[in-house]
Amino acid sequence: MRPVIPYVTAALLFGLGGYGVLRRRNAVLVLMAVELMLNAVNLILVTADTTVQLPHSGQVFALFVIVLAAAEIGVGLAIVLQLYRLRASVTVDDVPLDRPEGER
Amino acid sequence: MTGADVLLLALGAVAVGAGALVVGTRHLVRAGLWLVVCLGALAGDYLVLTAELVAWVQVLIYVGAVVVLLLFAVMLTRAPIGPSDDLDRPGWPAALVGGGSGLGLAVLLVDAFHWSRVDLPVAGTADRLGEQVFRSWVLPFEVLSVLLLAALVGAIVLSRPEIGRPGARSAGTPAGPGRPVGPRSDADPVRPAPAVAVGEEGA
Repeated sequence: MRPVIPYVTAALLFGLGGYGVLRRRNAVLVLMAVELMLNAVNLILVTADTTVQLPHSGQVFALFVIVLAAAEIGVGLAIVLQLYRLRASVTVDDVPLDRPEGER
Repeated sequence: MTGADVLLLALGAVAVGAGALVVGTRHLVRAGLWLVVCLGALAGDYLVLTAELVAWVQVLIYVGAVVVLLLFAVMLTRAPIGPSDDLDRPGWPAALVGGGSGLGLAVLLVDAFHWSRVDLPVAGTADRLGEQVFRSWVLPFEVLSVLLLAALVGAIVLSRPEIGRPGARSAGTPAGPGRPVGPRSDADPVRPAPAVAVGEEGA
């Protein structure tokens, strides 16, 4: 197994995730891009687990990151839905403060 | 090039391609579905790398729970069905940062590992993982469960803003027939759900 292949995959996925976080205006799409970045980190951890044979902690860290991602997505979506209830909009760069509630 | 290398290359190409579509597509729902493809390819990567338990946890939690939550959020925020034109901001700073970090990390890792070869450990057992979790990392494991509980409670409190306000005894049925009258219903800016408000406007 050549460890460079999954490592480069993870690096490219992380770049794509960073691009998505900065590019997207919809908050749900920003959260999807954050998931891409977290998964890139997970792939690095799992590959390091099989590559650096000594302590074998990479898979444990990958599981921890998955749990943290689940918690993050729960709280993040609660915030996004609350913003939508208040302002009827989920754009992250332009929150309509003067718009009446519940109107699009 | 062994069979594992070919599999890793193919799954990595699928993952990167689907990831590019997640951040590039103009359809909100399709972005979520491409995310499923990307996460599934990564689960395949974990299987090839002999991390079976992580792979199945990835399928269960990410593909099963997180993506479903995201698709629910897409629907609850009333995303349009067709392509949307206003999804993106101007692209060049994002492309600069994303491309720079991605390609920079890729160059760094290629420089570190070149085309070296590593033997895969024995597949088909979660012994190593279980030993690590329950020997070296027991305390972080327990702290993580407390954090999950805290996140759960936090999400509930966030989505029910009437929790913790004085006189919020009958707050269980928002906008229902038992809706409390008086100063609260007018002064409370969070009260009307959007669907109810739009329905009242149409009537």
